[in-house]
Amino acid sequence: MHRYIIKRLLMLIPVLLGVAFIIFAIMSVAEGDPVYQVAGPDATEEQLEALREEMGLNGSLIERYFRYIGNLLKGDLGVSYVTKLDVMQLYLQRLPNTLRLASIAMLVAVALSVPLGIVAAVNQNSWKDTLAMILALLGLSMPNFWLGLLLMLLFSLKLGWLPSGGAEGFTSVILPAVTVGVGLAALLTRTTRSSMLDVLRQDYLRTARAKGVSERKVVYVHALRNALIPIITIFGVQFSNVLGGSVLAETVFAWPGVGRLVVDAIDQRDIPTVTGALIMTTMLVTIVNLLVDIIYAYVDPRIKAQYTK
Amino acid sequence: MADNAERVSKLYKKRSSLGMAWRQLRRNKGAIIGMILLIFIIAGALLAPIVYDYNTDVIGMNVRDRMQWPSAEHICGTDDLGRDIFARIVYGARYSLAVGLVAVLIALVIGTVLGAAAGYIGGAFENVVMRICDIFSSIPSVLMAIAVVSSLGKSTINLMIAVGIASTAPFVRVARAAVLVVKDEEYIEAARAIGQPDWKIVAVHIIPNCLSQIIVQATLRVGSAIISAAQLSFLGLGVPAPAPEWGSMLSAGRLFIRDYSYMTLFPGIAIMITVLSLNLLGDGLRDALDPKLKR
Repeated sequence: MHRYIIKRLLMLIPVLLGVAFIIFAIMSVAEGDPVYQVAGPDATEEQLEALREEMGLNGSLIERYFRYIGNLLKGDLGVSYVTKLDVMQLYLQRLPNTLRLASIAMLVAVALSVPLGIVAAVNQNSWKDTLAMILALLGLSMPNFWLGLLLMLLFSLKLGWLPSGGAEGFTSVILPAVTVGVGLAALLTRTTRSSMLDVLRQDYLRTARAKGVSERKVVYVHALRNALIPIITIFGVQFSNVLGGSVLAETVFAWPGVGRLVVDAIDQRDIPTVTGALIMTTMLVTIVNLLVDIIYAYVDPRIKAQYTK
Repeated sequence: MADNAERVSKLYKKRSSLGMAWRQLRRNKGAIIGMILLIFIIAGALLAPIVYDYNTDVIGMNVRDRMQWPSAEHICGTDDLGRDIFARIVYGARYSLAVGLVAVLIALVIGTVLGAAAGYIGGAFENVVMRICDIFSSIPSVLMAIAVVSSLGKSTINLMIAVGIASTAPFVRVARAAVLVVKDEEYIEAARAIGQPDWKIVAVHIIPNCLSQIIVQATLRVGSAIISAAQLSFLGLGVPAPAPEWGSMLSAGRLFIRDYSYMTLFPGIAIMITVLSLNLLGDGLRDALDPKLKR
């Protein structure tokens, strides 16, 4: 087990370096050579070179990348072109908002999907099943930012129950979280249903019923516990999509998270901010995925057994 | 005798895997609904230039008719520049379908070639490809597409490339897994024994055998590619105005959502119906082509 964790942790290093490199390379293409704009048309070649050095833009892509990683390890992501603020600070200011949105969205997704998936599986091929599957399909087919707009229209503009934007007070998180959560809920409903159907056919459930365990307990205790394993997996994998989806929800609801930071920075061509925020976010996703895998290995005795042998 | 052989071959044809899949698909109500919807959408997209004139009906301004609620004349109303929203939606299908299809085609070609090669060659090459694949999957696809568009610049082609790159990893996985399954079959060994070159074995014998899984994946991916494209356009990173892209129509409608909600309603419905039809068809194809997954 410890060997498994150590192996996974070591494998994390090349993946993180790779993630950072891909984003760094794409964003350097985006950046081009901004010194011309900064220095003006009359600058000499020496002045341009000096400016490149000052802005950390001299040297080959690989050189710049390793310099960037070196700084990153010291917690330095450079300085925003627009606000002249430290990018790491900007990012850390916004991160809690995004994490709050993402975690509540995931709660919403579970609250909607697990009951729906169970009802669908227990009543397989009935109207309840069909209805649940139609809802899941609609959820999967709907662009989440559009759902966000509709929710805003109904609950804040027409009914006035909830704020239409910003991040003040607890109620402001509800609409963005539902917006992000519904897409995930659709996927999880399908997973819960198929996973429950698998488990419900198992022999040990027949045994439990034969022993006189109530149907309720069979479904919610014996079956659900085993059905949860694939659900947890999907959950971990989808964390990256939740963060991605929150970019849109943050735009719709003016939620001051990382997604808005990136979108605003792109509008202003503030490359250091975009690069830094993207690299930090993908690293976060990678680390969360690893943690889910490790927790998973602990939770599922079958996986644990594979590695303790 | 000849008669008998003919009958056998006829029977065989009836039972060919494609025929069986088609019969399965026909029995699936959802898939049929999806297919019919899709045919309507494609027909609309193809016929749009005949019915509407792009310069006057789709992007031409007509300020006198601006902000009209849906009526018999404009069934989806008109936008802030007096353009008929229905005409723009019908024309917009051309963008969404084109972006979805081309993006998935890019992902499919790159992904299938890389995945098949990884599965067939194995060893260090497979390891490198799959690790790169891991890296790409851990970057949220919206953010990946945003980064690519911001580096290439805003245009329809770049939108296709961005969404394509962001959807490549799943194809690599599917192709590799499919190749691993058939790689050690006897007919592959036979092909190798008669001296066929590796590329030919992969192209002629292996890929056709994983085609069904790739088709299913592609159908489902077109839907998510359409959503990704709409998301980018909504953020102002997609098809540039005044083109009638659904995502950018939503982005424009959002400004008037309080008083003119229909501007936000209809383009979203268009996206949803299109993606829904692709999902219905994709699910049906999956059930028909892969009996193992059927429940």
